[in-house]
Amino acid sequence: MFAAMAPTPSELQRTPLYGEHLRLRAKLIAFGGWEMPVYYTSILEEHQAVRQHAGIFDISHMGEVEISGPKAPEWLNSMLTNNLDRLSIGEGQYTLMLNDHGGVIDDLIVYRRSETGYFLVVNAAKIVEDVAWLQDHQVEGVSVSDQSQLFAAVAVQGPNAAKVFQTLGELPTRNHIGKFKLGSAPMLVARTGYTGEDGFEAFFPAETAAEVWCAFLELGQAEGLAPCGLGARDTLRLEACYPLNGSDLSADTTPLEAGLGIFVDLKKTSFIGQETLLRQAETGLTRRLVAVKLPPKSPPPRPHYPISVETEVIGELTSGTQSPTLGVGIGLGYVKIPFAKPGQAIEIDVRGRKFPATVEKKPLYKRNVSA
Amino acid sequence: MLVPEDLKYAETHEWVRIDKTIGTVGITDHAQAELTDIVYVELPKVGAKVTAKQQAAVVESVKAASDIYAPVSGEVTEVNGQLENSPALVNTAPYAEGWLFKVKLEEGADLSELKDAAAYRAQIGAE
Repeated sequence: MFAAMAPTPSELQRTPLYGEHLRLRAKLIAFGGWEMPVYYTSILEEHQAVRQHAGIFDISHMGEVEISGPKAPEWLNSMLTNNLDRLSIGEGQYTLMLNDHGGVIDDLIVYRRSETGYFLVVNAAKIVEDVAWLQDHQVEGVSVSDQSQLFAAVAVQGPNAAKVFQTLGELPTRNHIGKFKLGSAPMLVARTGYTGEDGFEAFFPAETAAEVWCAFLELGQAEGLAPCGLGARDTLRLEACYPLNGSDLSADTTPLEAGLGIFVDLKKTSFIGQETLLRQAETGLTRRLVAVKLPPKSPPPRPHYPISVETEVIGELTSGTQSPTLGVGIGLGYVKIPFAKPGQAIEIDVRGRKFPATVEKKPLYKRNVSA
Repeated sequence: MLVPEDLKYAETHEWVRIDKTIGTVGITDHAQAELTDIVYVELPKVGAKVTAKQQAAVVESVKAASDIYAPVSGEVTEVNGQLENSPALVNTAPYAEGWLFKVKLEEGADLSELKDAAAYRAQIGAE
């Protein structure tokens, strides 16, 4: 066992909360060039904490980019797939940045902070590439500023998340962002997340990271708030069928193939990658990202396992795990279009043995929303 | 970390309990703690031949699949069927109900490369 476990390379970056992770005896792993907690106690326990109470995640590794200037609204709209014109000040949207061939460079959330100012939250492993791509296309009247080193960030997710935040003031509604203060730390708080639960993402100065982390843990004590690592983050997002860039999204897959068409406005003036997507929309897709589920007592599916129907290989998994909530194996994978409908019987090849599975409707987990 | 005195250990974190010609195999307390949350175990078939230091089983946590190597060579005589319904036994009782499989040791099986408890403790840095 563990033959493949390499020692931690010293060039990995650490977040301003690294000391807190050590103090909590987190198990650390390399993720996207960062040394991050994979769990503190156990992935299953942390997963259940988020589904039943609340969990707090260090997401300081993610990137923050500010875009501003008189030409920013028009220019940024040409760089991203969703329609920025629909955003009121203080509102955010999930969107994608594509290459010239319509492939995904990154998926991100863009918030409109003012008439001509935007705040982008991007994937940790893509900060350098994203900023370079934006700067390469930058025009007069637009400024692009990488603020990633200045910010620390946490996500607080779960049914009790709002109770943890209630002392901060009037909370933002879904997909909105606002300015708050916790102790002496100023922060931006957005009602967004990557778990399928209600929750918040808070961005604050890196030098206040430890203070804010401890303050949240204290505020959350009565609400069952548990520190959670990337392991639970992955099982939670997979149940909710949120794609992970680098696994489910790549430079060779388009948002239409990934089933993210509602975050693409094909009708807006123009954006990078639009031609490919228009062509795909017209001629039809050849493959699509689907959710799959295995029956109980099957081995957990993993990325790159082949998917087949009878003797034909029709695709492969891009993500997979044992779902802690459903108690069965679940995954995401690209399959040829004729096999992409929910209910389709498929087989997953696990170490040379085929196990039956089905294509399922997304998401695989949806929280109960009362009232 | 529990490291019972009466077992032999492989460098790859499997244990074997030798009883005359039968060896019972499992993974160590240290190994289960590192893997956490075991959700699936793939065992060899009864009658299969396993070879020391070669892959013989797979243990899967939420996060990853890990190969388990046979600490000794021989023929599989029995597998722990309970693990199909309760794979977490490997976490909760790695030296008891969480055993994986039994092998009939090969004639003249070489056990000299296996570690005793003290040597394994030193390897994992346990007290």
